[in-house]
Amino acid sequence: MNESEKMTATSPSEKPIIEVTGMHKWFGDFHVLSDINLQVHLKERIVICGPSGSGKSTLIRCINRLEEHQRGQIIINGTELTNDIKNIEKVRTEVGMVFQHFNLFPHLSILDNLTLGPIWVRKMPKKEADEMAMMYLEKVHIAEQALKFPGQLSGGQQQRVAIARSLCMKPKVMLFDEPTSALDPEMIKEVLDVMIELAEEGMTMLVVTHEMGFAKSVADRVMFMDFGEIVEQNTPQEFFDNPQHERTKLFLSQIL
Amino acid sequence: MNAPQATPSREFLKPPVTEVGVLGWLHSNLFNTWYNSLLTVVFLLVLWQLVPPLFSWAFINSVWNSPAEACRDIEGACWSVIPQNISFIVFGFFPDGHQWRPGIAMLLLIGLVIFSKDSKHWKKSLGVYWLVGLITMGVLMYGGLFGMQVVDTDQWSGLPLTFMLALFGMVAGYPLGVLLALGRRSRMPAIKTLCVVYIEMIRGVPLISLLFMSSVMFPLFLPEGVSFDKVLRAQAAIILFTAAYIAEVVRGGLQAIPRGQFEAADSLGLSYSQTMRLVILPQALKIVIPPSLGILLSAFKDTSLVVIIALYDVLKTTKVTLSNPKWTGFSTEAYIFLALFYFICCYAMSSYSRKLEKALHTGH
Repeated sequence: MNESEKMTATSPSEKPIIEVTGMHKWFGDFHVLSDINLQVHLKERIVICGPSGSGKSTLIRCINRLEEHQRGQIIINGTELTNDIKNIEKVRTEVGMVFQHFNLFPHLSILDNLTLGPIWVRKMPKKEADEMAMMYLEKVHIAEQALKFPGQLSGGQQQRVAIARSLCMKPKVMLFDEPTSALDPEMIKEVLDVMIELAEEGMTMLVVTHEMGFAKSVADRVMFMDFGEIVEQNTPQEFFDNPQHERTKLFLSQIL
Repeated sequence: MNAPQATPSREFLKPPVTEVGVLGWLHSNLFNTWYNSLLTVVFLLVLWQLVPPLFSWAFINSVWNSPAEACRDIEGACWSVIPQNISFIVFGFFPDGHQWRPGIAMLLLIGLVIFSKDSKHWKKSLGVYWLVGLITMGVLMYGGLFGMQVVDTDQWSGLPLTFMLALFGMVAGYPLGVLLALGRRSRMPAIKTLCVVYIEMIRGVPLISLLFMSSVMFPLFLPEGVSFDKVLRAQAAIILFTAAYIAEVVRGGLQAIPRGQFEAADSLGLSYSQTMRLVILPQALKIVIPPSLGILLSAFKDTSLVVIIALYDVLKTTKVTLSNPKWTGFSTEAYIFLALFYFICCYAMSSYSRKLEKALHTGH
């Protein structure tokens, strides 16, 4: 835990926006996450990498309660995640998520996909929501597709719409669960570019990805997970040039 | 900033035109191989044997609107059984001279249904029209106001009864079925158990026994003097029955929705009811339009079962007509007419559902 305090971009006395303490999770009998301790401060960009099955996706899904943890604490912006549905919904409005398979709503137009959350959760009037949505669509360079349906867009375009959809809720933290893993190589760049722009504007991000180029250029911290534990975390420079643990070295040798 | 696309360097040609004309179609579909040609010839022979006699029975030698005696000696169909008894077949026991009331009520109902088909009319005003229409229909049928003679629900029969039971059965049964489907998928044990028990019990018995129970057994549990309207009991049975079947079909549709849809809605902070109403149900209900329609068509035709509790729907009134010695023996014509009636109504619903499916496909 002391290591992570040293690595934060801001001073340790500032309260972290995400605080995970002693978290364990089981899927039935299977102990998928073990003793997770993590602090994320505002404007931090954290990349989580590791072999498949290491629990990286499960970890970030616990943060917005798509999965439940059985032991330990998760506190997001002062709200603790428990079975209380009000707390869960409050956390979810402050934490945005981008999925590997986009998960756009196919029966709604792109614009309606974006305005659904603001209109029904934030109770924004439709006109205002439409304007905000168009602004975010322009931000991800896809404004001309506003009236089309998800089925008419390519993968890269759909993922950018998904990012815009999360941004419309004005979250404090964005979680990315392997956002480019389901994309063709030509489309990966257009999505990563949007994510880099977001990072440079100061969005707090937790990104599970295999795109090490992204980690090197934008991350404040790179975290390696294996078998449900956080094995190592460091600045990108230190992480890639000077890995400490054997398992980290093994993983890096396989992907780089 | 979309990925730059290369321009193709080859020519894009049009596809070739297939064999043209009627002869071309006949050749490629009916006479392309020796066994297909043989089947075609055999089939044509069968039609040759069946169709002309049928045609001459139904149309050439038939009478259409004559008194019963004229039907005795002819070789063809006696369609007169319908027009001569039309007032009883359509209105049943509703008092003579007052039959304009159910007539107008029915036209109002059909008019409202046709008006509601058009999605342009799906606004709040539609609810108002229906409310006003329903109240008007109630007043027309029951009477008591404006000097109209009171007609007890026991005498409501024929087409108005069939339409009423069918329409309200479908309109109330469908939302109830959706709620049951959601309840069955709930993680709360009490709700889930209740829904499962309801669905399995109702599906386990024939509608006719539900009608029988509602009509005979249910009054036994009521205190002395309290009685429920018979038509209301039949209506409740049809609604509850339809709801159980709709529930299972909708549950199948809900299972087909990928988990990612639920997760995306959750991660936006939508509540359970918002997720269901805005994201999941629109997709699920669209998928299950075909089997849902099947259940609603069955519900429509099952209204004929109310004969078991001495309610006279259009099937029963037609049967009663045939028990008149003047008209006995012409049951073929009467039942063909009934079949046509049911067919026209069901076909109308079917073709509307096809149009609806096509319309909902736009966009994806």
